[in-house]
Amino acid sequence: MKVTIDGIEIDVPKGTTILQAARMIGPEVAPPAMCYYSKLKTSGGYCRTCIVKVTQGSSANPNPMPKPVASCRTEVMDGMVVENFINPDVLEARKGVVEFLLINHPLDCPVCDQAGECKLQDLGYENGSSKTRYEFKRREYEMIDIGDKIKLHMNRCILCYRCVKTADQITNNRVHGVISRGDAAEISTYIENFIDNDFSGNVIDVCPVGALTDKTFRFKQRVWFTKPVDANRSCDKCSGKTRVWLKGEEVVRVTARKDQWDEVEEFICNSCRYDHKKKSDWVIEGPSPINRNSVISQNHYQHLNELKVQIMKQQKALGFMPIDKKP
Amino acid sequence: MGRKLLIHNDKVPNIHTLDVYRAHGGYASVEKALKTMTPDQVTDEVKKSGLRGRGGAGFPTGMKWSFLAKPEGVPRYLVCNADESEPGTFKDRYLMEKIPHALIEGMITSSYALGAKTSYIYIRGEYFYVARILEAAIAEAYAAGWLGQNILGAGFSHDCYVQVGGGAYICGEETALLESLEGKRGNPRIKPPFPAVAGLWGCPTVVNNVETIAAVCPIVNMGGEEYAKIGVGKSTGTKLISASGHINKPGVYEIELGITVEDFIYNDEYCGGIRNGKKLKAVVAGGSSVPILPTDLILKTAKGEPRLMTYESLSDGGFQTGTMLGSGGFIVMDEDTSIVKNLFTFSRFYHHESCGQCSPCREGTGWIEKILKKFLNGTANESDVDLLWDIQSKIEGKTICPLGEAAAWPVAAAIRHFKDEFIEIARKKKFVDISHYNRLNKLVS
Repeated sequence: MKVTIDGIEIDVPKGTTILQAARMIGPEVAPPAMCYYSKLKTSGGYCRTCIVKVTQGSSANPNPMPKPVASCRTEVMDGMVVENFINPDVLEARKGVVEFLLINHPLDCPVCDQAGECKLQDLGYENGSSKTRYEFKRREYEMIDIGDKIKLHMNRCILCYRCVKTADQITNNRVHGVISRGDAAEISTYIENFIDNDFSGNVIDVCPVGALTDKTFRFKQRVWFTKPVDANRSCDKCSGKTRVWLKGEEVVRVTARKDQWDEVEEFICNSCRYDHKKKSDWVIEGPSPINRNSVISQNHYQHLNELKVQIMKQQKALGFMPIDKKP
Repeated sequence: MGRKLLIHNDKVPNIHTLDVYRAHGGYASVEKALKTMTPDQVTDEVKKSGLRGRGGAGFPTGMKWSFLAKPEGVPRYLVCNADESEPGTFKDRYLMEKIPHALIEGMITSSYALGAKTSYIYIRGEYFYVARILEAAIAEAYAAGWLGQNILGAGFSHDCYVQVGGGAYICGEETALLESLEGKRGNPRIKPPFPAVAGLWGCPTVVNNVETIAAVCPIVNMGGEEYAKIGVGKSTGTKLISASGHINKPGVYEIELGITVEDFIYNDEYCGGIRNGKKLKAVVAGGSSVPILPTDLILKTAKGEPRLMTYESLSDGGFQTGTMLGSGGFIVMDEDTSIVKNLFTFSRFYHHESCGQCSPCREGTGWIEKILKKFLNGTANESDVDLLWDIQSKIEGKTICPLGEAAAWPVAAAIRHFKDEFIEIARKKKFVDISHYNRLNKLVS
């Protein structure tokens, strides 16, 4: 089936979604996705960041689709023409979605462990506005432990349902889900249950924001100060192929390997994730290929040098002395 | 006096019992369909009748039925959507409460046409007493052989069940209804696949409104062509209208589609004019989610023609100068009504009823409510009107199910037609009395 996305034509098999077709072309036309996860069935459709405009339904029925569609859940038709980044209406709509996702987000990136590898941070940078129009109190929840080593920060959650689908599809019994309705909806566990199985840690990897974090890693290190390497060990539960994040000689955390779209390549077990935090436990294959699209690694702070000069001027005026020059 | 086909017997004592209902011509459509017609003939009659879905969208019922996939060896289901929760709409409750057998008769006839061996009536939680009435009627129908194995010896077997929902507006959306019926969280599904292909438990399913299903009985009895003679153009037959608000005679009225709106509001046969001799200010013509229209636009279209109670006439002029027939929740407001306060009531409802699945609706409905609260508190600015407009435009059309639109349209229409009122409140910092909401909240808590 031939589909044209932002003027680029590609041939894809039947059953491919618009988002998958766009990813086949490449990141220059692929819409952002917060809830869709190619490794999880029935995921996607909730966050609405991947909406695109279909200007021609198919060659058989060339009418445009009346509303923007969620590209992650819409299958392509032969002769379909899709507009993503070239359509200003789509960009405006996406900006609206990002605003909705952020109005109740605490914006606590400076103290959030996800900062630097957070999809919402990237999305906000690319599509968000620098000012908020929301003047009301943001939603607040208590932090809870939903598993032995998993902390849930509901304030940051965008209800993408990825963790729910992960628990449904890679473990035997799911004990957590979405409770309550509307903007009171929250992720929680069934009464007095907590997530306890050999693959529970994967919910942390699939979380696009800092809502689910690894308690063994919390507040240990900023991700951009750590060095990711691909490593493996022989494991009887999973493939043992992981990504080990090093700080000097110390293993600060272990995660699954992620691909170009920040999706887990293979889910890993909790033993690999939590119990092997010595460098000698691992056979290191080499540095991980990192797709440098995060806010920090892209060096978005273009005025960083200017900022440094200003800070130095202020310090001088106040009589500060740089630490390394102190007597 | 207009013709009545659905609730003509509503004042007959004990019409809710099978014997009285039967004595007044009940179950004739089942007899006629099962004994003299094939399922396809019944579908054809419905197609000829031009019957359109009475739940709000107005999709042709015959066409919906013909879309039903019919693979071999896979059961098909008919589901009746009795989750009537749209503010201002109470017609289905009236019908089920007064004449429960009319619905059950329609369920059997429709199921025969669709080849469904099982059907469900999904009724909203707040209607628990209506569910009991329906259950009693179903028990009577089983005892008399109208339900069960081999009905009338015609070889058609059918079971009908009543399922009470938890009282969520969102479960009136057909796919959320099916999720809820399956015992899951009532979140709308992402379409496609449509229920006609993969609905209840993955099987082909037709979901129809109570009134639509009940209207199948007169269609089969009198023939589709005869039914199509009632009404104007593509709006055929009769429609139940729930009239409420500042009128002399609120209640449920069965009208022939095609009477004028003016006639409906001022004629003593229907609403009987505005209460206390006041002037008409605005009308929400089809349940709270459809755009509100001021007096001049609801009585006459932008072209100056009198507006009729039909699908086409009410939507004449699009959303700029028109509205929708919707579910027939006809809310009339007199000159003393505050549109802003009224809008707040609607927005509060949609905020409360959003399922929380997709982000624009989950976050946007709450935001709209909070801004409208500012208007009522007298702390709003003029720029808040533009902000409201921007928020609604970013919800509309970006959501999984139509609840997003239902929440956005009333806001858009109120600003479109009554912007002055918003500006006035913002400029004067006028305080709108909302004490009854506080009392209500106390009662609830």
